[in-house]
Amino acid sequence: MNKYTERIYNGIWKENPIFVQMLGLCPTLAVTTSATNGLGMGLSTTAVLVAANLLISALRNIIPERVRLPGEIVVVASLVTVVDMLMEGFVPSLYSALGIYIPLIVVNCIILGRAEAYAMKNKPLVSAFDGIGMGLGFTIALVLIGAFRELLGAGTIFGAQILPSSFPNISIFILAPGAFFVLSVLTAIQNKLKLPSATNGSAEKKGKVTGCNGDCIHCAGHDQVMGK
Amino acid sequence: MERLLHVSSSPHVRDKVTTKSIMYDVLIAMIPAAAFGVYQFGLNSLLVIIFTMAACVLSEYIFEKAMKRPITIADGSAMVTGMILALNMPPEIPVWVPVVGGVFAIVVVKQLYGGLGQNFMNPALAARCFLLISFAGLMNDFSSARLGFDSVSGATPLAMMRSGETVDLGLLVLGRIPGTIGEVSVVALLIGAVYMLVKKVISPRIPLIYIGTVAVFLFLFGGFDPYYVLCEVCSGGLVFGAFFMATDYVTSPITPKGQVVYGVVLGLLTGIFRLWGASPEGVSYAIILSNLLVPMIERVTLPKAFGREGKKA
Repeated sequence: MNKYTERIYNGIWKENPIFVQMLGLCPTLAVTTSATNGLGMGLSTTAVLVAANLLISALRNIIPERVRLPGEIVVVASLVTVVDMLMEGFVPSLYSALGIYIPLIVVNCIILGRAEAYAMKNKPLVSAFDGIGMGLGFTIALVLIGAFRELLGAGTIFGAQILPSSFPNISIFILAPGAFFVLSVLTAIQNKLKLPSATNGSAEKKGKVTGCNGDCIHCAGHDQVMGK
Repeated sequence: MERLLHVSSSPHVRDKVTTKSIMYDVLIAMIPAAAFGVYQFGLNSLLVIIFTMAACVLSEYIFEKAMKRPITIADGSAMVTGMILALNMPPEIPVWVPVVGGVFAIVVVKQLYGGLGQNFMNPALAARCFLLISFAGLMNDFSSARLGFDSVSGATPLAMMRSGETVDLGLLVLGRIPGTIGEVSVVALLIGAVYMLVKKVISPRIPLIYIGTVAVFLFLFGGFDPYYVLCEVCSGGLVFGAFFMATDYVTSPITPKGQVVYGVVLGLLTGIFRLWGASPEGVSYAIILSNLLVPMIERVTLPKAFGREGKKA
């Protein structure tokens, strides 16, 4: 695996922004009422993420250290404006379904997080691949959550009838609480199967840090900090 | 020194009350309301009660077995949850709806948080709200063929009062009205409440302050009409909720001052929901919302330890 495909594997599996890093949960919970919405949100975020990583990485030696955050935000906000207008023009139905969450990609912590943690320190091309990986990881997670919610809440996936129509729709799943149920159950499955996740301490077993997983005591970096 | 002295650590004074005895007392106290519901609404309500309780007990057993935890179905808490949930169902509901609710109450609300004593909101009420949001049509259909209420005349007294009609207080107290299985008869509920008060299972503090606050609130904001206030108090799930659900040990404050605050909060929320909310009834939502505030209420109202009264914390 060369360093480009490694970034994609890393984004989709090892450091999946939703299931492992638990970043960007606001759009995750809010827009995944159907698989289509999840896909739309995921792909638009991916587009912004790839372009933002590429540009910020290219500008990383020009942007002064002290104003790097405003600098990053300007780049991201410009890109989001482009995506916002494109979506309004070409996919108006998806645009109205996603609503305020398209402009809010500007403050999506995945994008700013990748810019800070990766693009500011690495070369443009590999940063762009990092964006592709993270974006695809985000998209896959959103589609998964959206598909489960749509299946239980409306009996369909991508608008196609899956469950027999006599099966009652559990409408809570397309409302906000359903998002929490689905995300927590998917995370529980992930923990049970000992896949990389925020809570199962997998970093310790592998002896290396897979990004901050919030589990400081079991983090491999903990021993270093504590001087052991 | 022939006599052996037993030395043990505190507590030295023990009561015979156990979780099991309390739960069975609560179950007994709900029997009048359940019996009245079955008598009034017929066979389906009996099936609902039996299947909901069975679903709760079974799901508790299966979950604890699967998680290799001690099996606690004998303490009766799952049965109480099932009974409360069943009594919160409309009479002609298809039985699978409360069964789904029972599994949700036990597995999601109770067991996932660690079992009895760890749940942060009342499992039965959380499940009821889950069902209310998920299956709004079925859960709001209070028609009952046996009583002659169809889906048109099956408006609950609360809904009628909302649209400006007057209701008969006598029928409300007796319970010859459409509503959920267990909430309709104030008389039957009060019999159960008195039983619990006599057995000291609950203290009258929370229910009385709760109902009192609702009454005062509706008197002040509902047009200074005592008859209207009485009708409001006797209708919907207020009496049932105040005595059987708001007093749940796990999800209500243990400090006396906290219980007063809790009762007032419950009353205010219920009054606000009933007067200005989207649906005519708000007891369930008021209780689970107040459940969430309980840790904060307890924190604020923690009594000072003996001897430390004068000092600042």
